[in-house]
Amino acid sequence: MRGFAFLLLLTAGAALGQDAKKEIQKYQQMIAEGSPAELYELEGEALWKKPQGPNSVSLEKCDLGMGPGVLKAAYARLPRYFRDADRVMDLETRLLYCMETLQGRSRKEATQRVFGNDDRASEMEYLSAYIAAQSRGVKMAPGTAHPREKEAFELGQRLFFHRAGPWDFSCASCHGEEGKRIRMQDLPVLYKPEAARPVVATWPAYRVSNSQFKTMQWRLNDCYRQMRMPEPVFASEATNALNMFLTATGKGEPYRGPGTKR
Amino acid sequence: MNRLRRTLLGALAFMLARPFAALAAWNENAFGAKTPQDALKGLGAANPAPSKDIVIDAPQIAENGAVVPIEIVSNIPGTTSLAVVLEKNPFPLAAKFDFKEGALPYVKVNVKMAETSDVRVVASAGGRHYAATREIKVTIGGCGG
Amino acid sequence: MAGPMKMRATLAGGNTAAAHTEIRVLMTHPMTTAQSGQPLHFIQNITVKLNGRTVVEAEVSQAVSRNPVFSFRLKGGAKGDKVEVSWLDNKGESSRIEGAVA
Repeated sequence: MRGFAFLLLLTAGAALGQDAKKEIQKYQQMIAEGSPAELYELEGEALWKKPQGPNSVSLEKCDLGMGPGVLKAAYARLPRYFRDADRVMDLETRLLYCMETLQGRSRKEATQRVFGNDDRASEMEYLSAYIAAQSRGVKMAPGTAHPREKEAFELGQRLFFHRAGPWDFSCASCHGEEGKRIRMQDLPVLYKPEAARPVVATWPAYRVSNSQFKTMQWRLNDCYRQMRMPEPVFASEATNALNMFLTATGKGEPYRGPGTKR
Repeated sequence: MNRLRRTLLGALAFMLARPFAALAAWNENAFGAKTPQDALKGLGAANPAPSKDIVIDAPQIAENGAVVPIEIVSNIPGTTSLAVVLEKNPFPLAAKFDFKEGALPYVKVNVKMAETSDVRVVASAGGRHYAATREIKVTIGGCGG
Repeated sequence: MAGPMKMRATLAGGNTAAAHTEIRVLMTHPMTTAQSGQPLHFIQNITVKLNGRTVVEAEVSQAVSRNPVFSFRLKGGAKGDKVEVSWLDNKGESSRIEGAVA
């Protein structure tokens, strides 16, 4: 098993030639112009305003870090430490918190369907599209000063390099060395700021390969699946720590999402 | 919503949809064609003359064949329609756009390509047909995730 | 019921001979193909109207991508012009969006 995985990496080969890179950039640019992502933003806005749960209230008073209901620049400031929850939270984790505390929904009900499918995205995905869009142009600035934020960064960093699972993979197995690619995708070395910046500036994103809108919690979940590791719990400390590590590594980049990806 | 109401609404929607359906034409012959030649025949554009005045702007490599962006402009005077033919698709004719007074012969559309193939754009002007071709390579990217 | 549509119609090209109205429309639709094994469900006709008059008529197939995005251009144009885009699919479902040129 380990041998096969290693072979896959080896056949990934050297980075793409310059011409191929340029054409792929053109592809990425053309699909981003007028992306279905905008439709998810529309649905997200409706969901944000929709009264739900036993308390029959909308999420409009949810405090994403800039004050109750303040959405402008909120996504760009996540993940960060929240005193009321006493933990570091990324967007989806914070939304879950608001669903539980404001709307009175149970964790079980609110996390029943966190990742959607071709026909219908999940609530988290629609909401993420809408909220992230309100940070367009704002420089990514997750929390870095609070001791718990530093802790989350360090945990995320350790997790990034921690090898485990049947293939003995870590995130760094694919994202830890220059010049690697899988098929036609160059693999960004995510612990380096210059590589992390464009990545954190373009998630969540609409993925044309499966016509679905995907978030960071999904992305992390799917990376773990590809590494054949146990499924991480949605909004867990581990996923938040990894998200913190990645976002903080990419900080300073003006947010230009929600993105459109292959 | 109770069943009766749903049935009534369904019937109403059907009735409203029908008149539109009767008015909208769709060239089954051309769209059902399995070869590019038959598709062109179905469009009545069997032997288009090559033209440099049809500009196809598209990436040479599409990271994913599910969405291939193609932007087309015809500089042939009097262009009234543009058709997009994907040579190697199971049903090559992808779309046909008719431009009436007030519209420019321009379109940007995202198509599905099964594999690397030529994209042929056929422009019709003054009863004559012209074509330009461009190859687009299609890859499947990433680790399937 | 059909999913959301979004349309943006703007003036472009300044005061030159190249002045035109740029229309970009996003549609929600599965556009399922015969290959998928699911029943065929795709947009067949699209109509673009300017101030009530049809300016573009399109026949499209399952080869158009899921959640299609189209761009069209109209000659000249003025702020406030009414643009309407509608579609009809093979099941007889339809949707429509209207907006003013900005």
